[in-house]
Amino acid sequence: MIAELGVFALVLALVTAVLLAVLPLAGAHWGLAGWVRLARPAAFLLCALCVLSSASLFWCFWRGDFSVLYVAANSHSDLPMAYKLAAFWGGHEGSMLLWQLMLSGWTLAVAWRSRDLPPAFVARVLAVLGWISVGLLLFLLFLSNPFARLIPAAAQGKDLNPLLQDPGMVLHPPLLYMGYVGFAVPFAFALAALISGELGAAWARWSRSWTLAAWGFLTLGILLGSAWAYYVLGWGGWWFWDPVENASFMPWLVGTALLHSLIVTDQRGAFRSWSALLAICAFSLSLLGTFLVRSGVLTSVHAFAVDPGRGLFILCFIVAVVGASLWLFAWRAPELGRCSGEFAMLSRETFLLINNVLFTAAALAVLIGTLYPLALDVLSGEKISVGPPYFQAVFLPLVLPALALMGVGTVARWKSSLVGELWRRLRVALVLSLACSAVLALAGGWMGVRLSPATLLGLALGLWCLLSTLAHIWQRLGQGLEIGHLGQRLSRQPWGWWGMLMAHAGAGVFVLAVSLADGLESRHETTLAQGETAEAGGYRFRFDSLGPTAGPNYDAQRAQFTVSRAGLDSWSMFPEKRVYRAQGMALSQAAIDSGWTRDVFVALGDPLDDQGLRWTVRLQVKPFMDWVWIGTLMMALGAGLSLMDRRFRTAKQRAHRQSGAPALQGAV
Amino acid sequence: MKPRQRRLLWVLAGLALVAAAVTLVLRALNSNVMFFYSPSQVHAGEVPHGAAFRLGGLVEPGSLQRSGDGMLLRFAVTDEVRSVPVQYRGLLPDLFREGKGVVVSGRMQADGAFQASEVLAKHDENYMPPEAAHALKNAAGKPSEKSADDATVREAGQDSAGAVSSGGRT
Repeated sequence: MIAELGVFALVLALVTAVLLAVLPLAGAHWGLAGWVRLARPAAFLLCALCVLSSASLFWCFWRGDFSVLYVAANSHSDLPMAYKLAAFWGGHEGSMLLWQLMLSGWTLAVAWRSRDLPPAFVARVLAVLGWISVGLLLFLLFLSNPFARLIPAAAQGKDLNPLLQDPGMVLHPPLLYMGYVGFAVPFAFALAALISGELGAAWARWSRSWTLAAWGFLTLGILLGSAWAYYVLGWGGWWFWDPVENASFMPWLVGTALLHSLIVTDQRGAFRSWSALLAICAFSLSLLGTFLVRSGVLTSVHAFAVDPGRGLFILCFIVAVVGASLWLFAWRAPELGRCSGEFAMLSRETFLLINNVLFTAAALAVLIGTLYPLALDVLSGEKISVGPPYFQAVFLPLVLPALALMGVGTVARWKSSLVGELWRRLRVALVLSLACSAVLALAGGWMGVRLSPATLLGLALGLWCLLSTLAHIWQRLGQGLEIGHLGQRLSRQPWGWWGMLMAHAGAGVFVLAVSLADGLESRHETTLAQGETAEAGGYRFRFDSLGPTAGPNYDAQRAQFTVSRAGLDSWSMFPEKRVYRAQGMALSQAAIDSGWTRDVFVALGDPLDDQGLRWTVRLQVKPFMDWVWIGTLMMALGAGLSLMDRRFRTAKQRAHRQSGAPALQGAV
Repeated sequence: MKPRQRRLLWVLAGLALVAAAVTLVLRALNSNVMFFYSPSQVHAGEVPHGAAFRLGGLVEPGSLQRSGDGMLLRFAVTDEVRSVPVQYRGLLPDLFREGKGVVVSGRMQADGAFQASEVLAKHDENYMPPEAAHALKNAAGKPSEKSADDATVREAGQDSAGAVSSGGRT
């Protein structure tokens, strides 16, 4: 019964979404206040129905209702409860329901937080979001119904893919989808602005906070996905330029460009149509990512769907969304986008423009590398693959200059800057970062560690990002300053400024960490018998013993390794080779010892004899690996800090003072 | 500088940048794309001499041998018509099994063996790498000719949307 309730809620949600998509739009067009006023309650109802439907699916997983096909295909009665619930998004149908749930959540958030915006404008925004919901709900109901029954019911489920049975997997899809789907909001704002003709600074300010939120979630989602690859796949890498990773990375790149271009539109009124175009592109790439990942055209752990009808539907949906929005853009942008803000060749606008061009070009390069094999396959039937070397060759030359100019852009003035002034503000940071890299290179050489030119370049660039950010703080706080006023000055800086610093410093930390982790890693693949010792990266690994062990739904061989470092401390590590009972699938669980300065990594390969005395093993030491995650976290945190800025908050407080009424009334 | 001149300068700079980006992309694609061949195609001499490529099919049952210190592996990849011997040094992915689908990337050596730098197997028990399925389908249809019915080939690719996990990356 609960499953039918879920379907019923979806049908009602579809009806609500159609109303939300049509009536407020018509109302805003013809000035019918009653229809405009419908938008908010409809958004609330849509979200409530999607929550109800998702709750039904959770219920089915919780109770292990194997008469529901999707539950039978993705769960098992021995599965730990957390994974039973996470199996909600372990397959195609549930993932799409999660997509819709997130979309309705964002729609609700827009309805909730935009009470002080012009009612007609909000109605248009919510209607655009309603249209997207209509498409998704049609797809859910007709092509991927998560509540389809299995008659007769299965006695036992097929189990969740063991690769997905990991804590990271509980959080990765929701966060990633929060980000993906979040770009629907700036998209809807851009479309609403194009329709109504209000493509100005106010629009940019409203869009900015939503873009920041979506971008922050997407950053966290990508971080978790990458960490999952690192901890679970056990290949010792964290980014493979896999098409599925690229699918989430492209919206991130365009989203980064959008964030920066909206700043210019907000502050100076320039780049209007460009910002609108980027907002359209960011969401289109999110949809494309969904298509690539969910249609089964790609080969990866994420590609579940094998029904060609699904791929076709999503493709048609993308064509409709992208086609309609680009048509609207082409029709309206030329008259609305005329910009007034003049700026000189050397100004903050120019640096932000360069940022935009580089990030967009990088996204385009990734897009070409991802789609080229698919296009060639469809056109000529020839099978090719585009590997990491392509992406490194194309991506790095585009993004490294962007990082190098990041520090300059933040200290440059709006409208017009002088070379001498920039040099005065940044010379210390520049000299220091070059000097530090030189010292590191010499120190490395002295200790017998040879740093490659690429690593050195990365170190210099990372230091430059950090030091130029410091120089910026110094310049903001240090002018004509007495020490006593420092605290006062600090507290007077807006949150947005702190957020920007945090995100930029995070980029610096990330670049430093990647250079060190990839440039100085040592890996050793060998065979070890019990009692034997091997060395990697200055650590000694002794294979002590091997014994059987069992988890809730798997049996495993568990090895004990003693790891030590020349006369210093020693500790034990326990890599496992698991066999999941339900599917009989083998999985190597690497043991990873994380630390501030290095990760030590031990993974079991295969036994070389029947008694399991001798095994192939992979030993790896990655310096400063944790800082890759920390740098990324700092970027996401930067987005969070910026969101607390007064600039975005005053509007809300004003609204509070005015209405004082409970939000659920949906007063416009 | 007059606004018109400045705009011209911007446009020129933009065009130069686009040109640079396109050159970069094309060059990188040219030197980093790997083509896929089946064992039958390898035997038919379709692989350009010395080129790096991907080879896919099934691991021939009973062909897996370890030698030396146990890290050097030999096995054969077959499309059930012809097979190619493969050499690989490193750890195998978890789901590498005899009789199951596999894709290896590397080059042919003078002795007729394929030296693999990377071994890819499936992510999931249910699926086979699409390239491997493609090779089997092709060989089963018309062993001598390269192009089997285009539609069936594409279908094979889609039906077996499996997941690929990587083995050693050397």
